[in-house]
Amino acid sequence: MQDDKLIIADKTYNSRLLVGTGKYKDMDETRDAIEASGAEIVTVAIRRTNIGQNPDEPNLLDVISPDKYTILPNTAGCYTAKDAVRTCQLARELLDGHDLVKLEVLGDQKTLYPNMVDTIEAAETLIKDGFKVMVYTSDDPIIAKRLEEMGCVAVMPLAGLIGSGLGICNPHNIRLIKENANVPILVDAGVGTASDAAIAMEIGCDAVLMNTAIAGAKKPVLMASAMKKAIEAGRESFLAGRMPKKAYASASSPIDGTFF
Amino acid sequence: MKIFLNGEPKEVVDNCSVLDLLTEMGIVGKRLAVEVNEEIVSKSRHGDYSFDEGDKVEIVHAIGGG
Repeated sequence: MQDDKLIIADKTYNSRLLVGTGKYKDMDETRDAIEASGAEIVTVAIRRTNIGQNPDEPNLLDVISPDKYTILPNTAGCYTAKDAVRTCQLARELLDGHDLVKLEVLGDQKTLYPNMVDTIEAAETLIKDGFKVMVYTSDDPIIAKRLEEMGCVAVMPLAGLIGSGLGICNPHNIRLIKENANVPILVDAGVGTASDAAIAMEIGCDAVLMNTAIAGAKKPVLMASAMKKAIEAGRESFLAGRMPKKAYASASSPIDGTFF
Repeated sequence: MKIFLNGEPKEVVDNCSVLDLLTEMGIVGKRLAVEVNEEIVSKSRHGDYSFDEGDKVEIVHAIGGG
């Protein structure tokens, strides 16, 4: 397992769990949960500074240092290609030229389902502008392949709706996407509990990105630790290759040598 | 002179620079990005870039998100 690494945009990572920083109680809980998750890539959102806020208030990037973590700014909340591109440009300025971004363009407030027309338009603009785009997408294998061919550095189909915890709703599509892919495939959104994360990894996904599954648990730091283990277990299980399923029993103890 | 800072009207002195504004807000040297009328003003230009009447200024930073 030592040489089983995740490589995104030519950078190597040991952890296959990527985590968000939203919805935590406070900065201490954020830091502790992210530490427990073992994640090396951490997503952040870009928003207006609070005018009149105490300037000494801790900043997220003081707690989650770009020196220690790969910061992955997202375009959460963007419903148009234009807003997403603008957000990425501000993020690059904010992070001193760091050009790895998570592109998501949303289609509807109720489902937060990705708007793939605007996602593709934004991805084209960003790639031309030198960004390394990790793209949130619907679980359509044809769209996923198209995003790879455009030059996205990772393709991230949803397993379920953002923040829903519904789990891997269509494992067959995730498998199809992974089978056709030459870039890392990450499940992004939908994971609710550790077994969901393990299933994503057993399907063969390269990594999983999650936020609410950890932050929304009763004990987020403990769940972060559970997720770390689930990702590792799921990955090892995938590499080990599961036994075939059978319709009938097959005794584990020898039949020869019985004395009864 | 009036500008719009993060969507709110704000009075600033004539020839107020980005750096002057950040100084007034006590956030010089913080991790942030500045945009004026939807164009980024890079860190190296904060001292030189002066606002015009009615400029729409956005100052953003990183917060928790997934």
